[in-house]
Amino acid sequence: MRKLIAAASMALVSLTGAALADGHENYPERPLMMMVSYGAGGATDFQARIVTMTAGNEDALGLPIAILNKPGAGGRVGWNWFATQAEADGYTLGAYNVPHFIAQSIEGGVSYTADSFEPIANWGADPAVFVVSADSEFNTMEDVVNYAKENPGKLTFSGAGLFVGHHIAALQLEKAAGVKLAYIPNNKGGAGAMKAVIAGEVLGGVNNLSDAFRAQQAGNIKILGVFDLERSDFLPDVPTMAEQGFDIDNSSVNFRGVMVPKGTPQPIIDKLAETVPEMFKNPRVAKQMKAGGSPMHIMTRDEVLEMWAAREETLQELLSGL
Amino acid sequence: MEFIGYMGDVFTPINFMLLLIGTIGGLILGATPGLSPTMAVALLIPFTFKLDATQGLILLGAAYTSTVAGGAVSAILLKIPGAPANIATTLDGHTMARKGQGARALQLSFIASLVGGVFGVFLLIFLTPVLAQWALAFGPSHLFWLAILGVTVIGSLDSSSVVKGLLSGCIGLWLATVGFDDIMGAQRFIFHDAVAGGINIIPALIGLFAIPQVITMFANGRKPSETEVLSVERHPIREALKEVAGRTRALSIGTAVGSFIGLIPGVGGQIAGLVAYDQSRKVSSEREKFGTGHSEGIIAAESANNAMVGPSLVPLLTLSIPGSPTAAVLLGGLLIHGIFPGSDLFDNHPQVAWTFINSMLIGQIMMCIFGLYVAGLAARVAQVPNAVMAAVVLGLAVFGSYSVQHSMGDVYVMAALGTGMYFLERFGFSAAPLVLGLILGPIAEANFVQGSMIANATSNLGSYFLTGPLNLTLIAIVVASIVYSAWMEIRHRRYTTKDEAVAKEEALS
Repeated sequence: MRKLIAAASMALVSLTGAALADGHENYPERPLMMMVSYGAGGATDFQARIVTMTAGNEDALGLPIAILNKPGAGGRVGWNWFATQAEADGYTLGAYNVPHFIAQSIEGGVSYTADSFEPIANWGADPAVFVVSADSEFNTMEDVVNYAKENPGKLTFSGAGLFVGHHIAALQLEKAAGVKLAYIPNNKGGAGAMKAVIAGEVLGGVNNLSDAFRAQQAGNIKILGVFDLERSDFLPDVPTMAEQGFDIDNSSVNFRGVMVPKGTPQPIIDKLAETVPEMFKNPRVAKQMKAGGSPMHIMTRDEVLEMWAAREETLQELLSGL
Repeated sequence: MEFIGYMGDVFTPINFMLLLIGTIGGLILGATPGLSPTMAVALLIPFTFKLDATQGLILLGAAYTSTVAGGAVSAILLKIPGAPANIATTLDGHTMARKGQGARALQLSFIASLVGGVFGVFLLIFLTPVLAQWALAFGPSHLFWLAILGVTVIGSLDSSSVVKGLLSGCIGLWLATVGFDDIMGAQRFIFHDAVAGGINIIPALIGLFAIPQVITMFANGRKPSETEVLSVERHPIREALKEVAGRTRALSIGTAVGSFIGLIPGVGGQIAGLVAYDQSRKVSSEREKFGTGHSEGIIAAESANNAMVGPSLVPLLTLSIPGSPTAAVLLGGLLIHGIFPGSDLFDNHPQVAWTFINSMLIGQIMMCIFGLYVAGLAARVAQVPNAVMAAVVLGLAVFGSYSVQHSMGDVYVMAALGTGMYFLERFGFSAAPLVLGLILGPIAEANFVQGSMIANATSNLGSYFLTGPLNLTLIAIVVASIVYSAWMEIRHRRYTTKDEAVAKEEALS
């Protein structure tokens, strides 16, 4: 018996020794998990499942990525968990939504900032658009702003909540057009905000390009402008805000990507930063994303770090007035 | 009648196989505590990646319909509602199962589910354009009044006392405020990370319904009187069919209320069962039997929660707006195949749309057949000795709460609410009004805040909430409901003798 125990402990020691010596060269050795801080079926969850579906391929990570949903409080619950409780061992990935989590960290009350996470790669960019119902009298952003100038504070428009991309877009529009608007945050997210527009509860709304594109196809709404630097491939006929004379950049664009908690070993971060963008480029991923009306925008780790820093700066300035 | 043309697609060998897998899988997933229909459908979506669009939707449609019905199994046998839709089913269903009539309760619930479900799908088939307008008619002010209507149900839901019902409803309303507020992001009553996201409804349900009975079972475990094994009555299906056919009132109220409420985006199936249960009790001639294992209670609740399945998809299929969490998941399932719900779906992909709807129709029938087949077997669960049963239910409760979002926090919430509910039950409070408060709180609050923001920007609060035909109708129903409850309470008081009251108190403690 004693021999057996001795042998077993020897084996254990040599096993751990092997793992330590290995220095993450064999990473990943077991399936990975990716936390999504929105519910199953939402746009972020839906896209996260598509972009990770080829993770098991030999040319990608070679092992699958499982999606774990931790929804609640506009993503705060999931990101709080990710910053404080998730293991920084490289097997726990997380999906980020910019500007959401950066705006929330500026607003306060959460246990994360942009410094709590290490970005890996960006997969998508969903700009905000301004929508009105199909039978609305507004046909351009100018009509909307003129109405708001004549009726200050009376132009009601919906969005997915406070301190999310839609809210940022709303603040930018108010600032650029120099008008007072009535932003009505919806508790049911983008879908609820869209329903408010179609049902005529509000005069207009800020919504995701992907959802708005669908609603436009269904003939329910008109899209008046894109809150981005360039026109979208999905909507080549819709001008950007800048084209319509409003000084609005891409701060409200909803960037989605993969990150790991701070403290994850550098070799693992490097390995992921190298493989994951390639994984996103898989034609199967591109096909499924396009079919779902979800715009892709692949960015490497360095580009994301830059984007986060730039976003942090603009949002600090924009939200300081609140 | 277009749907009949595509009926054949459901019966090709592969499609029918998928339908059967969806139905059986859905029943099992639905019967598992903690797996709500939303989660069950979300779990199945990855399997549809490899299937073509029609096949994928057959699987999802069949699974959706049968998980809603499957939730009744754990509600009846274990007193753990699988989803908010099944809360009302526990009230009479579990009591009936405790009497050894589990088979009867399950049969009634499956047959009622079939009737309600088929009616709901027919509404979806024939009245979709009309219903779509109706779904849009409910703005923030109307949803607010609808939630208030639900609050008036709270008082009468507890059969023993209106005051205690209202009090436990208030506890539920308070619990609903915990967490980040949905609109402003303000933090309320967050003293632990576990409740930062608010109290999740599924762990709360499991805790409030299952834990008090687990504690009671453990407490009584060693009493010799409890060791006698419950005999489980066999119940021929013919009898159950006859019984459901005889309860037309409960069946029609359940079906009507379920399809009406299921249609309204945001309110959905969560309260359909409870409202139907309450309404059918109000008009029943055997009012006092509700809560003691009465068949009308099961029939109303189950026909309502399955009737809501069809109409709840109307906003998704016509306007591309998911009206319920499950519809949102189904939207993902459609998008993955590049199909946009809305007019595009029926114009350009009629085969997908109608096969999906047909699969829900056939799925209802298959669900009922399988359900009836296993009802007798499943009902034997009641024979399990109390001590074992308590351990199993406790295990399932922990598993169910954890699996919702892989969070120990939810397990703590479940345990804390359950222990609290045990003591509240000792004082004659019941869980159903509390849960209704928990569900209605956010609906009433968010819609009031949104409505008042719109009102302040455009007109004023009074005219926004108090004018317009739909507002006035809803207010009238609210007033009628309060008056009716008050009148019943007064009449009840007048005819209750002191002895009866004392006997009732003793029975409760």
